[in-house]
Amino acid sequence: MINRPKPDKKRLRRTMMFMNAQKPGLIKDAYIYGSDSIILDLEDAVAENQKDAARFSLYHALKNIDYGDTEVIVRINGLDTPHWQEDVRVCVAGGADGIRIAKCENAQMVRQVEEAVLAAEREFGVEEGRTLLMAALESPMGIMNAYKIVTASDRMLGCAISGGDFRKSMHVQIQRDGVEMMVARGQMLLAARAAGVQCFDTMFPNIDDMEGFKAEVIQNHKMGFDGKSIVNPKQIAFVHETFAPTEKEIAYAEKLVRGCQAQADAGIGVYTVDGKMVDIPFFEDAKRIIALAKACGVYHGDL
Amino acid sequence: MRNAVGREIPDYLLTNGREVYQGKNYKDGQYIKKASPTVRRGEKPVEDKLCQTIREACEKCGAHDGMTFSFHTEFRDGDYVASMVCKVLVEEMGLKDLHVAATSLGSAQDIFADYMEQGIIVEAQTSGVRGRIGEVISAGKLKNPAIIRSHGGRPRAVEAGEVHIDIAFLAAATSDCCGNAKGTGGKNNCGSMGFANHDSHYADHTVIITDTLVPFPNLPSSISCIDVDAVCVVEAIGDPKKIATKEARMTDNPRELMMAENVAKVIAATPYFKDGFSFQTGVGGPSLAVNRFLEEHMRKQNIKMSFALGGTSSAICALQDKGLVDYILDTQDFDQGAAAHLFTNPHHVEIDLSEYANAANKGAYVNKLDYVVLSALEVDTKFNVNVITGSDGVLRGAPGGHPDTAAGSKCCIIVTPLTRGRMATVCKDVVTVTTPGDCVDVLVTDYGIAVNPARQDIIECLDQAGIKHVAIESLQEKAYSLVGEPEPLQWEDQVVAIVEARDGTILDVVKKVKPFSFE
Amino acid sequence: MLIEKSAMAGTLESSDAQVTVEPAEGLELNIQSSVLNQYGHQIKATILETLNRLEVTAGKVTVIDKGALDCTLKARVECAVFRSCGKSESNIPWGGVIND
Repeated sequence: MINRPKPDKKRLRRTMMFMNAQKPGLIKDAYIYGSDSIILDLEDAVAENQKDAARFSLYHALKNIDYGDTEVIVRINGLDTPHWQEDVRVCVAGGADGIRIAKCENAQMVRQVEEAVLAAEREFGVEEGRTLLMAALESPMGIMNAYKIVTASDRMLGCAISGGDFRKSMHVQIQRDGVEMMVARGQMLLAARAAGVQCFDTMFPNIDDMEGFKAEVIQNHKMGFDGKSIVNPKQIAFVHETFAPTEKEIAYAEKLVRGCQAQADAGIGVYTVDGKMVDIPFFEDAKRIIALAKACGVYHGDL
Repeated sequence: MRNAVGREIPDYLLTNGREVYQGKNYKDGQYIKKASPTVRRGEKPVEDKLCQTIREACEKCGAHDGMTFSFHTEFRDGDYVASMVCKVLVEEMGLKDLHVAATSLGSAQDIFADYMEQGIIVEAQTSGVRGRIGEVISAGKLKNPAIIRSHGGRPRAVEAGEVHIDIAFLAAATSDCCGNAKGTGGKNNCGSMGFANHDSHYADHTVIITDTLVPFPNLPSSISCIDVDAVCVVEAIGDPKKIATKEARMTDNPRELMMAENVAKVIAATPYFKDGFSFQTGVGGPSLAVNRFLEEHMRKQNIKMSFALGGTSSAICALQDKGLVDYILDTQDFDQGAAAHLFTNPHHVEIDLSEYANAANKGAYVNKLDYVVLSALEVDTKFNVNVITGSDGVLRGAPGGHPDTAAGSKCCIIVTPLTRGRMATVCKDVVTVTTPGDCVDVLVTDYGIAVNPARQDIIECLDQAGIKHVAIESLQEKAYSLVGEPEPLQWEDQVVAIVEARDGTILDVVKKVKPFSFE
Repeated sequence: MLIEKSAMAGTLESSDAQVTVEPAEGLELNIQSSVLNQYGHQIKATILETLNRLEVTAGKVTVIDKGALDCTLKARVECAVFRSCGKSESNIPWGGVIND
């Protein structure tokens, strides 16, 4: 029986890979590909008459399979279905790290799920507050309410846009340059950063179009996303590469962190590096870059 | 007697100078006397050697009870000729006590299984056993134990006279009326005839069976008319579309791609990866996919391959067309693209199985091989590989060139998933040893890489390149922790197959499996 | 639990198992597996242990195993039994009779 460590809201989540919770051959070792998180899907991937079977599989997978450092999140069925409450119960009982709320429209929906999660934590003797939440924003209303959604619960680790449904409601098709979702992505990013939570882009649906995928990942990185939903392991490496800090960024961050730490230790309140004053957010960002570089395996220094 | 890979070989098999396996290169430097065929003179000029029917050709070549006949399997699952011929021998001519010397036996020869059960085919020598024939042999229904030989072991046994072929029935895409024949240019092409031409030199009689008769002389040819007794024209010799079986397709399975990528990294981290290196891949999904990732490393280091060896796929042909591979030395073609590519580039040439892999000639091409990437049904913690029996003990695989290339190459890499369904691929003891562990250097799985401790040099290379690796025992333990420790198989005493090492010694035996019971 | 009507769970895909339960007088178990030679006894033990945990004492249970791991076998047996009682959709006793 596996007891997973307490989930960390701020952990690295460059890639979140979807896996059908109903396919034993897939979920038994989805961690080997090295995505930061896996999302075991009870929603779209599972046929309506197999929702019950998927929960039994999910429960035993969560209890028996050692996913190691890989975060395990479960996508539950929508709040407009008869399935979601039992989904929440099995997630909490099995010890999933987090729950992804599909089609999240407003803060009330987050609170509804939170209540069910809390009830389940009490029912199954799980530490209260352990189970994290994240919201998938799939409609214009969800985007408009993004800030309220991500601040609706302390359990919220972040939000992700879900492109398929969103594009339909906007009457647009996927575009090479991403212009069809530019505003929505931007608005969601603003909301997430304002709330201090993470923000993830939608999955790229055509797994054979690696060029299109790469262009989108580069744009995601430039826009400030923390990571991306993915649907195939072969998409992992490029995301991790793209989201890794460059040597130049690491070198500068290292200099900042060392400089600021030395000055802090010496009791100096205002930091200067290379003769220039350094504001606190720069120091914080430099520490984030070093942490990210370590996680990406590209930092070998001693900080 | 216990052999060098720890397998108990029954003493009654060790007759006529037969020895147990003693380790690789045990027979290096020994002299051998080659056997020779007895051939019929064709002194008097004739118009042609055409026969109206296969039966006529068989009669002309003196087909008889107790004879050994051979055929090649370049058409793999699409082969029509072996079954066609065997039906004539058995059902039209009523022959019995037949011995089969095949380059492989699979679903295309399912009819042989019936003849084995009926006691008409009494002996089989092959480098692979798949499908119903495997089940029949495993059930102990073939009169004598089957002999499993590698691609190099087959010509060795033929040249040593251990196998004497009375008639070779060789399918050819084109032939002229006198038997100049090859695997290209016809209605149904298999490409290389590397499995076939050696037989034409050592069989007493050779019959060419083709569906595309071309004007004399059909040159250049793979098989020369001076070695051919008869030519038969049939409706179709095979279905080339079935050459690319499931295992020969380029994979898009992410697990296999991940393993293939790691194999390419291992190759790029070892010192043989320099301009002029040589390379071979097996036909399994992940090993074939290595071609795709190798190109990147070759371009990055600006190096080219001197030759690619053995079974040939479109992937390696594409590399040659891009100028990254000098020679392709082709024994068989895994797909129609590769078959069509043969001879179109003057450096894409055909070689026979002796040239390819025979340990008893004066130096086969495998001896010049830097890397070989191979798959496995099982690998054990001594790095012994099994590619012939399933975890249920039933014959269902083919050593092919596996043991030869593993022994000859400087760096032999096995690539396989840690588990298949509930079967642990990395295990404590393989069911059957087909390639001894002293020939295997690196194991790449989806759960990690292990290096044979005998290869400290490779371990250092991987460490330097920052490629993580673990002890093979930890992979085996991980496998068992996932699927549970397998119960040992239960065997009868009857030996149903002898696995011969490439040098002719006995590597292992396969016994009859006891049916499972819950009691 | 009492097997009230026939029910099935699982598929014939690789790494999965298809479990069928039907009402019967005594307990009757029928196992087919692609890995019988090496795992037959373990598969049987897992299925019996699961049925025992669910307090199923009567019924015809047919398992067609395609190399499923123990956790999958348990999940399929449990789902088939709960389906046969019409109780598979909600209020499952996770961590109660459904445990390791």
